[in-house]
Amino acid sequence: MKILVTVKQVAVVEDEFEIDGLSIDDRYVTDDLNEWDDYAVEAAVQIREAGEDVEVVAVTIGDADTEDTIRQALAKGADRAIRVWDDALAEAGLLDPETKARLLAAVAEEEDPDLVLTGVQSADDGFGATGVTLAEKIGFEWAAVVNALDLDRKAGVAHVHRELEGGVDELTDVSLPAVLTIQTGINEPRYASLRGIRQAQSKELAEYGLSDLGLSAADVESPLEQTALYEPESESDATVFEGSAEETAAELAGVLRERGVGQ
Amino acid sequence: MTVLTVAEHRRGELRDVSLEALTAGRELADEAGVELHTAVVGGDVEAFADRLNREGVETIHTIDESEEFNHDVYVQAVAQLADAVSPQFLLLPNTVNGLDYAPAVASRLDRPLVTDVVDLEYDGELTATRELYGSKVETTIDVHSETPAVTVRPAEWPAATGTGDATVESFDVDIDESAVRSTVTGFEEVSGGDVDISDADVLVSVGRGIEEEENLDMIRDLAEALDATVSASRPIIDNGWLEKNRQVGQSGKVVTPDVYIAIGISGAVQHVAGMKGSDTIVAINSDPNAPIFDIADYGIVDDLFEVVPALIEQFEG
Ligand SMILES: Cc1cc2nc3c(=O)[nH]c(=O)nc-3n(C[C@H](O)[C@H](O)[C@H](O)COP(=O)(O)OP(=O)(O)OC[C@H]3O[C@@H](n4cnc5c(N)ncnc54)[C@H](O)[C@@H]3O)c2cc1C
Repeated sequence: MKILVTVKQVAVVEDEFEIDGLSIDDRYVTDDLNEWDDYAVEAAVQIREAGEDVEVVAVTIGDADTEDTIRQALAKGADRAIRVWDDALAEAGLLDPETKARLLAAVAEEEDPDLVLTGVQSADDGFGATGVTLAEKIGFEWAAVVNALDLDRKAGVAHVHRELEGGVDELTDVSLPAVLTIQTGINEPRYASLRGIRQAQSKELAEYGLSDLGLSAADVESPLEQTALYEPESESDATVFEGSAEETAAELAGVLRERGVGQ
Repeated sequence: MTVLTVAEHRRGELRDVSLEALTAGRELADEAGVELHTAVVGGDVEAFADRLNREGVETIHTIDESEEFNHDVYVQAVAQLADAVSPQFLLLPNTVNGLDYAPAVASRLDRPLVTDVVDLEYDGELTATRELYGSKVETTIDVHSETPAVTVRPAEWPAATGTGDATVESFDVDIDESAVRSTVTGFEEVSGGDVDISDADVLVSVGRGIEEEENLDMIRDLAEALDATVSASRPIIDNGWLEKNRQVGQSGKVVTPDVYIAIGISGAVQHVAGMKGSDTIVAINSDPNAPIFDIADYGIVDDLFEVVPALIEQFEG
């Protein structure tokens, strides 16, 4: 059985930042493995640890700077990894779910996985649509926002819980092959061990450009164009207390007492 | 040409986002000079059609297929209806179920998709507003397409009001059963624990800013000093530091206490969905740009590890 896990390096913006054109100035941004993908990697690795002949392949779309992030997936137990990038992608502007799904579909066609795990959404752009778009493109069944997974490989079914709003889970049986988008809380993602990190260095990391995937620059042209980036006008009419922690705590305590709290 | 919205329901209830999408749809329809249609798939479609009959809705399409949501059915039904109606804009809910079928519908219909939009404008081309980096910034996206699909964020538009005189039309779809490869087998309520945070008058709510499980003791001390109940944002629950029934938010509980004290919580949209109805909201956060301050009544921009002990001191000292 082969499991393809999509992972993304996301930008984490510091508390104070400056906007530079259509992006946040690099100085205020650090990189991290997308939180939701961390759970997806863990789910895949757990399946491999529970069964025989399971291969976990991690795939990312990103430039050379994202290599550290994909190596994190290897360090946590993925067997090998694929990084997709191309100059045409650097120039393409907004990578919307459709464009990403097109690239990932080309990888999936080559890898022919039985199961694809993605994160529910990425923490930076929050489209939340790449996984299901990918499923549609490659003709796989799917389930979005999965917070429990019980795989019956013999029957070719994934028994999943989909986490709906308001503390309700939907119980669904999904035929394999399938794409599942993984919600946080489904498991406890492991930290990469030192040994894992060492091993990750020697695992295979393939790099594909568009032509390797049978695609061309025209395939990554998106009809979505980002036209502005700005800090939203603060809607805040909060009273913000100023001063030392003792002072602000005293002021807040006054407000709370007025409301009958702690009496 | 039309704007077509699709309603959402669950276990016999039409969900609010269905009426909010009508408001978004009506605004867009006015700007584009087109009609507003809406559709409902499955369940008691007649009753739902009644509720969807709001001012400004021209046509309601009822599709009497399946009781509950099944994405395989929804994708086929909405795609077939869209083929028949050829709407200029397709507006779907940005909910858990919306995200389970909207991307597939959009892709199947070859429509570019913009998800989780908080504003829409049309002046010959659609411009969608979205949030990035956990609501720290907003971005506008021009959609170079005549026929886009978007998913609208719940609670961003007011629910449509007024009684309309829409035509209700039943639409027959031809479901290819072999393409239905998922089966919903039931629902399960997340339960457990002995507290009901939705009963509490005062909630001391803690988020990822607390860093370590041990540090929760400090939060418990504060809750005790204030005679309050402890609740949390999702990461705390994901880490297993508190029981599931303490989670506030979209997938947790909706709470409306007299006082909600958010400590080290950024105020992600899915969290805010669960607590914005609180009477008085207090935020303690070191990030002055944290979106939680947009809905807070009182704020302290400082390290919680300084403020919380000082606050405990105020009530115990
Ligand atoms: C489908 C779906 C459903 C979801 N449902 C829910 C839900 O029901 N409830 C929920 O909460 N989330 C939910 N989420 C997750 C949500 O998107 C956020 O990831 C989550 O709310 C973030 O929690 P947080 O604010 O505690 O953490 P973060 O966003 O990481 O924020 C931590 C905050 O702590 C502050 N901080 C850090 N250190 C300190 C310090 N020393 N002193 C003061 N402040 C500090 C930081 O400035 C930051 O603002 C859902 C997500 C999805 C996709």
